[in-house]
Amino acid sequence: MRGAAAGFGLLVLALWEAAVRFFAVPRYILPGPIAIVQAFVADPLGLLAALGSTLAVTFAALVAAAVLGGGLAMAMASSRMARAAILPWAVALQVTPIVAIAPLIIVWVNDPFASLVVCATIVAFFPVFANTAAGLDAVAPELRELFQLYGAGRWAVLTRLRIPSALPYFLAGLRISGGLALVGAVVAEFVAGSGGFASGLAYRILEAGYRLQVPRMFAALVLLALAGVAINAGLGAFGRWVLRTRGDAA
Amino acid sequence: MLRIDEVGRRFPGGTEALRGVSLDVGAGDFVALLGPSGCGKSTLLRLVAGLDAPSAGAITWAARPKPGEIGFVFQDPVLLPWATAGQNVALPLDLTHREADGAVIEALGRVGLADFVHAYPRQLSGGMRMRVSIARALVTRPRVLLLDEPFAALDEFTRNNLQEDLLGLWSSLGCTVLFVTHSIWEACFLARRLVLMTPRPGAVAAIVDNPLPPDAATRLDPAYARFVADVTRAMQSALGGAGRDEVLA
Repeated sequence: MRGAAAGFGLLVLALWEAAVRFFAVPRYILPGPIAIVQAFVADPLGLLAALGSTLAVTFAALVAAAVLGGGLAMAMASSRMARAAILPWAVALQVTPIVAIAPLIIVWVNDPFASLVVCATIVAFFPVFANTAAGLDAVAPELRELFQLYGAGRWAVLTRLRIPSALPYFLAGLRISGGLALVGAVVAEFVAGSGGFASGLAYRILEAGYRLQVPRMFAALVLLALAGVAINAGLGAFGRWVLRTRGDAA
Repeated sequence: MLRIDEVGRRFPGGTEALRGVSLDVGAGDFVALLGPSGCGKSTLLRLVAGLDAPSAGAITWAARPKPGEIGFVFQDPVLLPWATAGQNVALPLDLTHREADGAVIEALGRVGLADFVHAYPRQLSGGMRMRVSIARALVTRPRVLLLDEPFAALDEFTRNNLQEDLLGLWSSLGCTVLFVTHSIWEACFLARRLVLMTPRPGAVAAIVDNPLPPDAATRLDPAYARFVADVTRAMQSALGGAGRDEVLA
């Protein structure tokens, strides 16, 4: 089946290349796959360094989102007051377009790297937060009653039952947040790039766009897509490994 | 040991699950609460466990049980999926701050699963998971064991084995057992006293003493079938029309 997917991909690329050549589409409109590869080969270190910079922001944001989302979900689970206080702000943060607040964050946070991480964290935060909160509430009622029967306090219920029960939900949220952290990093880089920070792949895309180096733009886009796929697959494998190691998955 | 005195339970939505239930349970009794689904058997069990409070009446104990002195077996085994059988059985000991001192292995041994202490729930069959659940309820050596239709979801062979195991455990441990079921055959095989309950709102319609010996041979005794027929007739008159088909099935 994996061979089928690869074969289909190669077929699409071949058709793309053939169509571009047959219709003589200019490179600055739509480059073919070969031109894109050539653009990458022309400056692999520059593009890979930019990818490394974007990934550094992505992973820093993912860690921050995991800590913040998991922590706030646990705080909400432990107190109704905390839930009432946190939930509306979390939703407000989720529905606020990052492109609208990124310029402000970049102005407020002095350090360029930190400002990008803050923007990407805002984008990546909600799935891990919402999933963890759902997991903390999804404990079987019989297990809650079992803990109640044995006189377990709220702390024991939280640490021995609710948090372990929420782990699969947290990991599922983390997987979604991984992709969003990359999206958030790129969006923030776009905003920051136009403000003069030269670092990540988004900046390379902007730069190539200004110079009409469309094949280079596509090469950067392909790197971003591959990074997104790798992050998703990596976090999926990580989640399965954690659950398998813990014993609740085959 | 336990007195249930005119107990009623009405839920916030207005549903009246129990009305005027009175029952005395002596130490070492094996009592079955028998009735159709929705007649308040499980509600009564939860009230006895202290997991819910009655809206009317009172439940009084000769000596109020401390945490760990009541064991509860749910209809589903509800084990922690991330914990081994041994860790699941050890949970009540951890929560009540008791030393294990071999109690986990002993409890698993009582249900024939001493060799599965390191197995995870997903590696066990439905019957084995239920055995672990029973071992978990027994590990603190409870004075009272409450079972809420624990064998309802199991196949007949596993159910028969577990029923015989439960009788053996009751004989050896001497604890008091309250067993909820809607199976007349199961109640007649296991319990020394059968409490027949009416449909909602649940009330005690009759209490029947079991004259049969509590052992596996009873299953093949013609007196068992006759006793089941007697209880069935008593249940029919208790039920009137509602819930009859379900209990008699």
